[in-house]
Amino acid sequence: MLLALGATAIVIVALLWEVAAPRVVAAARQRRARRRRLDDAELYDPGRERRAEQRARALLKSCVNAEEWAMYRDLGFLRVWGKSVAPVSRGRGSRLGAPYAYLIYPHKPIVAYLPQTSTLLSEYCIEFLDESRPYGSPRLPDSDDVLAKWMALTGDEERLINNANMHLPGRQVDPKQVRRDLWRLGRWERERLGRAGTSPREVSAR
Amino acid sequence: MRPGHGEVLLAEGDVEVAEEERALIEAFREQLDAGMWAAVPTVDKGGRREAELVRSFEEARHADRVIFFPRAAGGR
Repeated sequence: MLLALGATAIVIVALLWEVAAPRVVAAARQRRARRRRLDDAELYDPGRERRAEQRARALLKSCVNAEEWAMYRDLGFLRVWGKSVAPVSRGRGSRLGAPYAYLIYPHKPIVAYLPQTSTLLSEYCIEFLDESRPYGSPRLPDSDDVLAKWMALTGDEERLINNANMHLPGRQVDPKQVRRDLWRLGRWERERLGRAGTSPREVSAR
Repeated sequence: MRPGHGEVLLAEGDVEVAEEERALIEAFREQLDAGMWAAVPTVDKGGRREAELVRSFEEARHADRVIFFPRAAGGR
């Protein structure tokens, strides 16, 4: 009798487990996910992010020249001149191609353009993600993102461009905003030149 | 450079001192093994500031500082 009851109890427990197991596993998974979300929320600290940005700005200022720093501080972006100058054939002989430049925005694609005509050439989408998420986020502070782009562009433009995803202008950065920024940059440079009495390329070399 | 923190000092020392040089090389390799890029800020004779991407400690031996940042990848 006892043996029969025992066997019946084992069968009932086994059947209940079969029915309940998926729910138990799902509940445990949900609890883990909820705890992970809470941990992430605890990891995000606005004060720490602000301090990180301050450190990043100090680092950027120590790397770029005075004009570039002032440009970033006043306008919110950096201009970097392109280095590759391809020869362009025009009739007899050839001449150097028109200079081009890039605008570096924090956490936005790099925009290539022709300074002489303000023609937008392309957007280069690039990210510097730290997947180890040391402080809960893979994203660098804004100024560190700008500095990383600046170092990669001035250090090895070709490598950076090869790593980037290239798109036509306007995919992520509004062309109207870029043109407005170029106009602001022109005005900003004229004001600076008015004070310094030098040409734009001379100033940017400092 | 670290997300959420900014600049983090990893190691400092004098390459002329053997023990400190070893520590610097170890820190350098650790960062490169972790997939970081290394750059040395430079100033040329005309005052133009740029960065030089370096791939070995030897290339950065005489630099005042080396900045490590996450490797560039194509974004969306």
